[in-house]
Amino acid sequence: MTAALPVPAGLRAKRRRAALRTLGFLSPWLIGFGVFFAYPLVSAVYFSFMKYDGFTAPTWVGLKNWSYVFGDYPFFWPALRNTLWLIVVMVSLRVVFGLGVGLLVTRIRTGAGLFRTLFYLPYLAPPVAATMSFVFLLNPGTGPANTVLAALGLPEPGWFNDPLWSKPSLTILALWGIGDLMVIFMAALLDVPKEQYEAAELDGAGSWQRFRYVTLPNISPIVLFSVVTGVIATMQYYTEPIVAAKVASGVIGGSGQQFEPGYPDKTTLTVPQIVYNLGFQRFDTGAACVVALVLFALAMVFTAFLMRRRSGFLSAED
Amino acid sequence: MTPTTTLTPAAPAVRRPAGGGSALRSARRRAALEWIAVHSLAIAAALFFLLPFVFVFLTAVMSDDQALTRELWPGTWEWGNFATVWKTPGFLTWWRNTLLYAGLGTVLAVGSSIPVAYALAKFRFRGRSLAMMLVIAMMMLPPQVVVIPMYLFWAKQLDLAGTLWPLIIPFAFGNAFTIFLLRQFLLTIPKEYTEAARIDGCGEFRTMVRIVLPMAKPAIAAVALFHFFYCWNDYFGPQIYASENPAAWTLSYGLESFKGAHQTDWNLTMAATVMIMAPVIVVFFFAQKAFIEGVTLTGVKG
Repeated sequence: MTAALPVPAGLRAKRRRAALRTLGFLSPWLIGFGVFFAYPLVSAVYFSFMKYDGFTAPTWVGLKNWSYVFGDYPFFWPALRNTLWLIVVMVSLRVVFGLGVGLLVTRIRTGAGLFRTLFYLPYLAPPVAATMSFVFLLNPGTGPANTVLAALGLPEPGWFNDPLWSKPSLTILALWGIGDLMVIFMAALLDVPKEQYEAAELDGAGSWQRFRYVTLPNISPIVLFSVVTGVIATMQYYTEPIVAAKVASGVIGGSGQQFEPGYPDKTTLTVPQIVYNLGFQRFDTGAACVVALVLFALAMVFTAFLMRRRSGFLSAED
Repeated sequence: MTPTTTLTPAAPAVRRPAGGGSALRSARRRAALEWIAVHSLAIAAALFFLLPFVFVFLTAVMSDDQALTRELWPGTWEWGNFATVWKTPGFLTWWRNTLLYAGLGTVLAVGSSIPVAYALAKFRFRGRSLAMMLVIAMMMLPPQVVVIPMYLFWAKQLDLAGTLWPLIIPFAFGNAFTIFLLRQFLLTIPKEYTEAARIDGCGEFRTMVRIVLPMAKPAIAAVALFHFFYCWNDYFGPQIYASENPAAWTLSYGLESFKGAHQTDWNLTMAATVMIMAPVIVVFFFAQKAFIEGVTLTGVKG
């Protein structure tokens, strides 16, 4: 406590008061962070080295859970592959489609408000309800989609019941709920300075060139934002695939114990789902914690990427 | 964000070679063609977004027999399907539980997040940017990462499995997403207001409640709405904590089991689906502005 510069007692008291005040305002979250983030994470590391079924006392097994998950657990690699597929295909299609609908909406002159509302509504549909609707709409037997396709003389896919079509079906469902991205892109597009378009037009730029050299550079922070948040949302992607698999396979009910995850043929399994499968269906707490930690590592890699790109969005500074 | 702003000017006005009349006419023709192209695309998109709702609704009012066929238009309009769903054992309980979870959860989350967001936006203190990074990390964390230890904590230590409390209580300790969005908004309120209040001898808490919160009303409404629908839509939480006890099921979880109980009755399942979607859509029409503001808030620059 040998301060180089003597701090007046009054100032010190004032500083202490300010620190206490800050702690007071932050206290709900400080407790929340400790109890609902730090504690379970440390706990998950501990359990990942334990054999624990939730009933009998946990016993130390070293790296056994880790080698089981990466080596013998039949659902890990399919789930990781599916999650990567969804990150690449679903996220990029959502961004392209969201931007497309956003562009379209800014150009509608007649009935713009009505169209905007129609495009936005599906985003509000509760995920379970939306998924059940799509399993019904796309069911291979009597579903309206295939009825319409048959009337047009087109082939009728098996959709959620066909391993080849199950992920594309989920993607169509995700594109249907594009409303949030549409609004964000619309706001960004309307923010592009009009003078830049006028200048480009004077230079003789066509509509593609105006899009490429004026629109895109101006909205690129929002494009990046939607890609990164899309990736993070995909790593949490849970409700839609699990409900689709349960309803399409016809194996649903209160308990869901007998349910084989990832129907059809493990194609709708995602990483969050196998945490549930291991922890709550197989009662293998240790292995479930291994997957949870893998998921944590993936999520934090993308969050770190997001925060390195401080300019533009999600800045930690002001 | 008025839709009246257009990206390409409708009239040409810039280049007008000799024989201006015909150039003007061709420009008009181009504008008309663009109008047709844009609106055809808009109608096609509208069909994609709207038809699922239409087919779901039409099936919801079909008879049991017709719902098993490929017919698209109801032969008889069975409005009684909605009453049948309403009278299904448990349906009212799911409503009550959902309202409890979403209502109480929202009040707690917004109430506990406001002071945190205020401190992160308005106070300067060491570790502030670290705190902000931790909020973002928490926001990005998939709930599945922490669910196993959390379940053991609630079930073994507190014996609260099979109730909604493990879902509601954590919201009393701030919600990362709500904190983040509120802070982003509070940053846009000029310092002069809080400084003026301080000079007038107003305490920090009073400054927050009296000066800043009234200005933040639209943002608070937006995050409250967001939070309410997060709970309304939540499936994972109720599946983990409430699945073993049907008295604690919510609409999202109950809807799936409803399909299990009515294995082949797509009409009743779709009627139940309509009844769960409808309130969200009704609320949207009353609170459109807050919804859109909430969504744009997530995309704004920091």
